[in-house]
Amino acid sequence: MSKTILTVDDSRTMRDMLRLALVDAGFNVVQAEDGVHGLEVLAGETPDVIVTDINMPRMDGYGFIEGVRADARCRAIPILVLTTESSAEKKMRARDAGATGWIVKPFNPEKLVEAIRRVAA
Amino acid sequence: MDPMAEIKATFFQECEEQLAELESGLLAMEGGDTESETVNAVFRAVHSVKGGAGAFGLDDLVHFAHIFETTLDEVRSNRLAASNEVVKALLRSADVLADLVRAARDGGGVDQARCDACAAELSAFTGIEDAADGDDGMGEIDFQPMQMAPLDLDLDAAEAPPEAAAPEPAAWSLRFKPRPELYAKANETVLLLRELARLGEVEVELDASDLPLLPHLDPEGAYLSWNVSVRGDATEADLREVFEFVDADCELDVQAIGADGEPMELPNSELDIAALISMAQSASEAPAEAAANLDAPLVDPDPPEPGPGRAELAVVDIAPPEPAAADSAAAPPANAANARGEAKNAPPAAAAGATIRVDLDRVDRLIDLVGELVINQAMLAQRVNEAGLARASNVAGGLDELEQLTREIQDSVMAIRAQPVKSVFQRMPRLVRELANITGKQVRLITEGEGTEVDKTVIERLTDPLTHMLRNAIDHGLETPEKRLAAGKNPEGSVKLSAAHRSGRIVIEVADDGGGINRERVKQIAIDKGLIAAEAVLTDEEIDNLIFLPGFSTASAISDISGRGVGMDVVKRSIQDLGGRITITSRPGLGSTFSMSLPLTLAVLDGMVVTAGQQTLVAPLTSIIETLQPKRDDVHGLGGGARVISIRGSYVPLVDVGLSLGYRAEPLDSEQGVALLIEGEGGSRAVLLVDAIQGQRQVVIKSLEANYRRVPGIAAATILGDGRVALILDIDALVAASRTAEAPRLLQAG
Repeated sequence: MSKTILTVDDSRTMRDMLRLALVDAGFNVVQAEDGVHGLEVLAGETPDVIVTDINMPRMDGYGFIEGVRADARCRAIPILVLTTESSAEKKMRARDAGATGWIVKPFNPEKLVEAIRRVAA
Repeated sequence: MDPMAEIKATFFQECEEQLAELESGLLAMEGGDTESETVNAVFRAVHSVKGGAGAFGLDDLVHFAHIFETTLDEVRSNRLAASNEVVKALLRSADVLADLVRAARDGGGVDQARCDACAAELSAFTGIEDAADGDDGMGEIDFQPMQMAPLDLDLDAAEAPPEAAAPEPAAWSLRFKPRPELYAKANETVLLLRELARLGEVEVELDASDLPLLPHLDPEGAYLSWNVSVRGDATEADLREVFEFVDADCELDVQAIGADGEPMELPNSELDIAALISMAQSASEAPAEAAANLDAPLVDPDPPEPGPGRAELAVVDIAPPEPAAADSAAAPPANAANARGEAKNAPPAAAAGATIRVDLDRVDRLIDLVGELVINQAMLAQRVNEAGLARASNVAGGLDELEQLTREIQDSVMAIRAQPVKSVFQRMPRLVRELANITGKQVRLITEGEGTEVDKTVIERLTDPLTHMLRNAIDHGLETPEKRLAAGKNPEGSVKLSAAHRSGRIVIEVADDGGGINRERVKQIAIDKGLIAAEAVLTDEEIDNLIFLPGFSTASAISDISGRGVGMDVVKRSIQDLGGRITITSRPGLGSTFSMSLPLTLAVLDGMVVTAGQQTLVAPLTSIIETLQPKRDDVHGLGGGARVISIRGSYVPLVDVGLSLGYRAEPLDSEQGVALLIEGEGGSRAVLLVDAIQGQRQVVIKSLEANYRRVPGIAAATILGDGRVALILDIDALVAASRTAEAPRLLQAG
């Protein structure tokens, strides 16, 4: 059974690119536009992996990750953070918030799928 | 379409939205808005542009956006105050960013000097050197963070070829001990081991010696560790990369094994990874704390309860106690309550303005169909009427309801195409800033009624005339700061751009508080250019309207700004093409106001249906001031067939519509017909003489040019209830023709 990936990103461009890359790789894709929306989607879906942006309106990626980790049902879901910079500070912040790993933007589809493979059971 | 090309199109679309967001956010900041959400939104806009640009390899854009973002980040984190100076620089940067986006989209270059200057200005604020990125200009993107933190394993660097003489290790021996945090972040040992197995032949050995007895077991603790040997040609960097995500949450020792099976020392290459790792660990997490975690597994003082037995644990050697499996025992997630509360407080996603994107063609098709429906409904009504059914009959009642419904459908459909004028108004602040820079004048732009909605086509075709009017207002309208001071005014001039709905039309005004129109000069120029006779006696209003004449320009030398090959005559023409009118009011010393009145939609028109020479015609209701029954005594011939009519003391040209359009050869006796007093552009009046008035009706406009060809004196056509085509009069053309005595017959002339 193919895996389901939840992507959380406020940019339509990024959502489209993620969807394209993930669908091509055979994943089911569920999308949300920001952290609040992401948590709402999680109420009805249990994805295998979550890919989230950090800078988003309403609730940013850090808040979203904390929300997921605080939810008993969802907290074991691996979360990959999309980050534009490979700065250690940003990665550390994401990791402290409970992210499983990260993908540095701009990503190519191989890198994305590879990162998902690394965290998905 | 290639999916990537499609996404790229989406990206540019989104860029436009982000740029608009950026500008309005910055303008709010300029106006003193210090809300952190405003700054965040501005930051996100730039960040989004940068993210997408990176995906498409738009390096110039990425580079500039990065510098921009760095500065905004400083503002966002309160390290840089959003002073007036800073916000102004940010606004200029937003303009540069917009240029770069457009250059990336449409090709073509950008003003490199301006980009560089702007980038340098931004860097100066932050004092962060990486933004400037040295002397190589915009050529290179600098994604590397400046402070190369110990944790950030640069794998490329690590892969630097080792000393040629270095002996190759035959295998690697790893000792890996996860901490509880590793599992709390949903990392899985089994996956890490699986990754290692991809690098070569692995032998995995579980070390369960730390596993406590069940009463002492913390279900979320981490007690297992692994010894793994990896054979093959994997480098240490390859191995470390497997643990990239978890290196702060585990203990990891990597040891090279020589051919003799003994641990070997590798020569120190440029990057001492082990040292880096240990530094990182000591920096990120106090080892003492980590040790305390391991030494004190008695977190759960509860009496033993049935749980995973020791034997079971040993069997699932590479699947350690999973945090999720233990949720019953998990500490009650206090954070979860918080997070949920937060989610509840925030508005649901749908409330954030649920919209769908629809292909414009589909909307237009719908509008066409509704147009047909309106016509069909009118025809049906007429048939029923002809059939002589009583007004009280069920059919007539149903028909009334149908009419009501069609009208509502039509209004709703038109509303789909309606957009706030904000999209046009938003482009103006930038223009004003640029003009202010070029002219050296101080200008404040005030916008009002941005939410006023009007048809998309009208909006699209409004940009050019509005741009020119603003140019005109700033270039010719406003005085220099010195002159303003001398006149006792605020040195900063203001230009007000406003939109409002007024009786079924949208009125857009450009008002400046400048010196007003210099009528003497305007008149002199018109005389010099031979536009009017030297001895002409003109009212103030007529003089003001001279600037709309083709070939008129008040700037004695064509200025850089207004003189871009467009005159006010072109502005007027484009407004008229939209079915609009433009008028000027000007008071010397106090400023001028240009007022445009435009129809809300180009698809329907309220018209007066009239008969002229057995033909049914439609006159736009908005142009008609009044209807009257001319008396023979009021009408005076002027010779050459021209006639005027006296209305309350003033003489107005009389246009015999049937004659003008060539429907009849002989003029209509004025007493036989009905007169419509109309007002054309700029308030010029005329009286249209027609045979009879049939009534008022909303008609669907069908382009004559698109379906047949352009006909002078006719603006468009429509289909009436009886299925016949009726022509819609071009009022301005008819009035203009009435002023030029030699061409009373438009059709023959055309």
